[in-house]
Amino acid sequence: MNRFAELLDRLAYEPGRNNKLRLLTSYFREVEDPDRGYALAALTGALSFKHAKPALIRDLIAARADPVLFALSYDYVGDLSETVALMWPKPEPQAAGPDRAGHNNPPPPTLTEVVTTLRTLGKTELPRQLARWLDELDETGRWALLKLVTGALRIGISARLAKTAAAALGTKDPHEVELIWPGLSPPYLDLFAWLEGRGDKPVNQDPAPFRPVMLAHAIEDDDFASMNAADYIAEWKWDGIRVQAVSGREADGRVVTRLYSRSGEDITAGFPDLLPSLHLPGALDGELLVVRDRRVQSFNVLQQRLNRKAVSPKLMKDYPIHLRAYDLLGDEHGDLRELPFAERRAKLEGFIARLKDPRVDLSPTISFASWDELKAARADPASAGAGDDAEAVEGVMLKRRDALYLPGRPKGQWWKWKHDPHIIDAVLMYAQRGHGKRSSYYSDYTFGVWTSSETGDQLVPVGKAYFGFTDEELLQIDRFVRRNTTEKFGPVRHVVHEPEQGLVLEVAFEGLQRSPRHKSGVAMRFPRISRLRWDKPPRDADRLETLERMLKNETAG
Amino acid sequence: MTAMRPQDILLPVPSGLCCKAGGFHIDPVRPVERALITHGHSDHARAGHGAVLATQETLDIMRLRYGENFAGSTQAISYGEEIRLGDVTVSFHPAGHVLGSAQIKVSSGGTCIIASGDYKDARDPTCAPFELVPCDVFITEATFGLPVFRHGDAAAEVKKLLASVALFPERAHLVGAYSLGKAQRVIALIREAGYDAPIYLHGAMEKITRYYQDKGIPLGELRPVKGVKKAELAGTITLAPPSATSDLWTRRFPDPVTAFASGWMRVRARARQRGVELPLVISDHADWDGLTATIAATGAGEVWVTHGQEDALVHWCQSKGLAARPLDLVGYGDEEESEVAATEDAEA
Ligand SMILES: [Zn+2]
Repeated sequence: MNRFAELLDRLAYEPGRNNKLRLLTSYFREVEDPDRGYALAALTGALSFKHAKPALIRDLIAARADPVLFALSYDYVGDLSETVALMWPKPEPQAAGPDRAGHNNPPPPTLTEVVTTLRTLGKTELPRQLARWLDELDETGRWALLKLVTGALRIGISARLAKTAAAALGTKDPHEVELIWPGLSPPYLDLFAWLEGRGDKPVNQDPAPFRPVMLAHAIEDDDFASMNAADYIAEWKWDGIRVQAVSGREADGRVVTRLYSRSGEDITAGFPDLLPSLHLPGALDGELLVVRDRRVQSFNVLQQRLNRKAVSPKLMKDYPIHLRAYDLLGDEHGDLRELPFAERRAKLEGFIARLKDPRVDLSPTISFASWDELKAARADPASAGAGDDAEAVEGVMLKRRDALYLPGRPKGQWWKWKHDPHIIDAVLMYAQRGHGKRSSYYSDYTFGVWTSSETGDQLVPVGKAYFGFTDEELLQIDRFVRRNTTEKFGPVRHVVHEPEQGLVLEVAFEGLQRSPRHKSGVAMRFPRISRLRWDKPPRDADRLETLERMLKNETAG
Repeated sequence: MTAMRPQDILLPVPSGLCCKAGGFHIDPVRPVERALITHGHSDHARAGHGAVLATQETLDIMRLRYGENFAGSTQAISYGEEIRLGDVTVSFHPAGHVLGSAQIKVSSGGTCIIASGDYKDARDPTCAPFELVPCDVFITEATFGLPVFRHGDAAAEVKKLLASVALFPERAHLVGAYSLGKAQRVIALIREAGYDAPIYLHGAMEKITRYYQDKGIPLGELRPVKGVKKAELAGTITLAPPSATSDLWTRRFPDPVTAFASGWMRVRARARQRGVELPLVISDHADWDGLTATIAATGAGEVWVTHGQEDALVHWCQSKGLAARPLDLVGYGDEEESEVAATEDAEA
């Protein structure tokens, strides 16, 4: 555990992506199974046990420390787990009795011991076990333990980065690890054996695995000059939720169907009404929409179906869910991702025809011969084929005919051409309490976009907003802020904003101007929160370059 | 003579701790006629006093920092030597903080007060170890006077640094450390850990480090970093004042790993605030366990607490049945602020 804690400690301070990779890979190389496997699980969020509540941690320290000294310390440090980790008193050395002569202190627990114990430990035994571990670990070890058991292990490492570091053990392409990942489970003995050349490549046993999604770049006016219209297929960009719908057959013939969010989260449980429609083996990439009376409804309507724990028959009836497919990543014959998009599109059309289900349809292509024609279609989707659904169109997607399906955001393959240029996806960074009626809520938000620095990507604040959201959304953000605070400074809370953790806010604004006062160099006019993007991981939020291009266009036009 | 009350011997005044009966101040923050100086850090040792009494090392360090004429006159005192000043007797005892650092014992009429200045009870190969002096009143610093500050084993922190140097051979390691005391201690610990390659120094540290070497403290081969080519600094260790490590100055290093050796590094927010990538918890001040153990061991019935986290330490003393109060002395911080000026001097 102390070795894992050392790694976390070092990672927490290291800003550079490549340096993080090096630290991780060297850890995986030095540490043995199964400890390193559980570390990989912890870093990829693959561990599951019931998290300890802060109240339990407070009780533990209350039993060991003077309350005044604890209060002063907590006030100074600002983080409960850290305070307790640092001030946890050294245990009294155990009297050297006849049986224990010579060894006063038991060895600190291994990560494996901690993880496997936590899995089975009863709630009532947890406090005593934690206290015992805290006695045995050093400061950093205690900090890591408390972060782990409270489920607050946030150190700026994405699951992708951890997998990439593991892949580097065997100089494997991280993509290969990504492909077999859904079928693996902690402590990943088979994965490490394969990476180190001691075993065969693990076979993905999951009949319905998630495939990392391909994303588009925002297109700018200058980009068209170097693009040939004949090389591209255009589709509408729908204002819904990007999902992957996968069906496959278990060895015993049973059909497994899953719905994944764009980040790979299994959201099947929220949409039981869609599952029967996905009866052919295959993996569809598409947009989740609510279609009522044959019309696509607005995003606000769709939101009623999102983040629901229970789905009532009434909800399913009032908000009929629909999948509009635009890509086929695999079918009963196997993986299609290595085919050019035009071929995948042809297979997709056949697949949807065979599926023959009203809940799943094809996202139509837009016919155009020149960029001007496409521009006209984008300006008036209703008469360019979108018909009654035009209101749910938020722009146009351009995909190269020869584009393979590549995870991430490969250059020059897919483009999004949004309607309103004054909308960006930003990441919530800090929250502050409001005034008057809102003084008990965190209602003033500072948000940021990504920018590259010497040490890798980082978020830079680009504005502040305190309206645009509904009362219901205010409650949701407030709850999010309170549960995800990383630091407190007076009335301001730092909210977790890592590539994989955090809240993406869609921000609408009236215009942009240069501002030397802002670290980002740009200032927004009248920014407001137009939507909460719970579905979007922060790493997919917009970049500062997007704002700079908008600014350039603005001042040019 | 009957026993004097402690406050008749030493009294906090705006210019520092004043001993009327002896006609002197201890570590005064304003120019005074006669000053007794505990150690050479610039928040304790200032220029411009009439007469200065201190250890030879402290006097030498003040001369290095402020020039020949830093005081009207100087007098060196050895550890343990007793000197009569007015109605009181004073003697200096090792404080274990930096080279030459001392606790000052002031006795009169059967009452004995120790003004300990900055001190630490942890091991330090570059200065005399802390000496425990029994007393009636113990004046203690409280820089790290919260139970969250436990500094652990400095050698283990240095091991962390060396492991990082081994893992990133193409990067330079830049260790921020106060130029008096901390830097030399870190170098000595690096040598003890078996690292024998040359260690590079920021200009602001050269003079003082040479002084340590002249005093017979082995620090191995040291080189000025000035003028060394960027590529040659890959895989090396450079010591610099903390303020320099967040400066343009660092551009001369290949992809530097910024380390900082300080007791403050125990708290993550403090380390992050400074943009430190490799915090090294190495302190020249006593940590919480050191403060409380020392207070108890002096046998003092009364404790005066100054510069730092007074509240917690006063509370602890009172909970142990000791009379304790905060001394509201101003002008003492940790050494950090005083380093800024020193760096600027060296760069100019
Ligand atoms: Zn000092």
